[in-house]
Amino acid sequence: MTNAAGASGGSALPSDKFLDLDAVALRYGGPEGTLALDGTTLAVARGEFAAVVGPSGCGKSSLMKLVTGLLPCSAGSIRVAGAEVNGPLKIAGMAFQNPTLLPWRNTLLNTMLPLEIVQPHRHRLRRERDAYVAQARELLAAVGLAGFEDKQPWMLSGGMQQRASLCRALIHKPELLMLDEPFGALDAFTREELWGVLQTLWLERKFTCVLVTHDLREAAYLADVIFVMSARPGRIVAAHRVDLPRPRTVETTFDKTFIDLVHVIRGEIAKVRGEASSKQPRVA
Amino acid sequence: MTAQNWRRLNLAMPWLVIIGLLIVWQAVVQIFGIAPFVLPAPTEVWSAFLEYRDPILHNALFTLQNTIFGFVLGIVFGVLLGVVIGSSRLIYNGLYPLLIGINSVPKAAVVPILVLWLGIGTAPAIATSFLLCFFPIAVNVATGLATVEPELEDVLRSLGASKLDILRKVGLPRSLPYFFASLKVAITLAFVGTVISETLASNDGIGYLMLQASSQFRVPLMFAGLAVIAVMGIATYLIFAVLEARLTGWATRRHDAPMSGGG
Repeated sequence: MTNAAGASGGSALPSDKFLDLDAVALRYGGPEGTLALDGTTLAVARGEFAAVVGPSGCGKSSLMKLVTGLLPCSAGSIRVAGAEVNGPLKIAGMAFQNPTLLPWRNTLLNTMLPLEIVQPHRHRLRRERDAYVAQARELLAAVGLAGFEDKQPWMLSGGMQQRASLCRALIHKPELLMLDEPFGALDAFTREELWGVLQTLWLERKFTCVLVTHDLREAAYLADVIFVMSARPGRIVAAHRVDLPRPRTVETTFDKTFIDLVHVIRGEIAKVRGEASSKQPRVA
Repeated sequence: MTAQNWRRLNLAMPWLVIIGLLIVWQAVVQIFGIAPFVLPAPTEVWSAFLEYRDPILHNALFTLQNTIFGFVLGIVFGVLLGVVIGSSRLIYNGLYPLLIGINSVPKAAVVPILVLWLGIGTAPAIATSFLLCFFPIAVNVATGLATVEPELEDVLRSLGASKLDILRKVGLPRSLPYFFASLKVAITLAFVGTVISETLASNDGIGYLMLQASSQFRVPLMFAGLAVIAVMGIATYLIFAVLEARLTGWATRRHDAPMSGGG
């Protein structure tokens, strides 16, 4: 997996390599600390939907923090939109398993939070407030939250909070959307419904998206390309193109191609988990 | 019992408890024939209050003024200190032991030093009430800031938010409930501070009045002074309780709030 020399040498980056990780390593807590990622190499094209799957504790969430520049990597290089990442990105939106809405703001104002921070919106917000409010309402309506703009977060169900969290991640039209198990805490039906919502948003807006998940069906439903990570220290052990027509529906998940793909990835993850547990003595 | 009666009973409860206590107190004093200079009956306290109401109100106002001054100083300093120690782990670790030390010193023992520096009367009273009340404010504000969800911070940082942005958009609103909870504790402590200082070094104030009454064995007057402090404490507490409910209602969800459907 350390084929670093060929890809990033000499010539300009291919224009479609929006996100480019080359032999990235991350070690927590000094030179003797835990190695979370080691030799992670992957590339995602502009406008592509990528999913990263792997056993728990493989460093998927660390990958999120590295790409968005919240953590510096210990070795290797990370490039987003052609530029080396060496501080928090300003073109990214993020959503997590926990919706993390602000309880003192209603749904509309929660959604508009990024506009108060990201330039140039931050400057324009006061003058063009009506236009921005209209934008936010439109986005909320697109995820099925019309009529809930004035509700406080705790009045919303978990699924609705997650929809609002998605809107907050997208309101400033980021080029890159990073999702860390956004639907992990939801029931199966709500989750499948939100897959559809997210797919629709992505088809409309064509942002580049990286979804970290442990749900293989979710990855196969949403992604163009799926990266499979090994157990800690995490590295990419396989990449799969998902050649299923869009828009995909819940019906797609019963398609033979879909089921075979999930089956293959399932096998790969079982294998890396097996390797991990044979390396260290099992603790009861 | 209907819901309305239940609510009325809830509102009446504090009064019922106080009235009940006064009745028991009166009965105990009369039944056991306790002398007024040991424990005066509520009726005697009340007549002492009426008899000395001018000096009592004059001194109560003095105490109230000093308390409010000390309290306001405590808020300003406490919030600043809380923001500083709440936003930096390093400063937190450095200052916390010192703060605990300062807070552990009995403030009555500090008053003589304050008198040496500031003279007697208003200044040491304000200083003592300040010293007593800034600590809970600082600790609570710091706790509110330190417990901001790291994920929320990540969301803001990935948008390019500065430390100040995070403080303004998340930290301060988040610590508002902690702040108000501390105000309710701090205002009562501020009264304690003022009265301690007045008892030790002042020619005015409820503390001074009580000391005088004590030296002349006017026990009902002492109790009247205590009652006035208690009433002022409850009144100021209520003001902040109302403010808290207004400004941080989101933190105490009401059960009767409308619920919305799933999905």
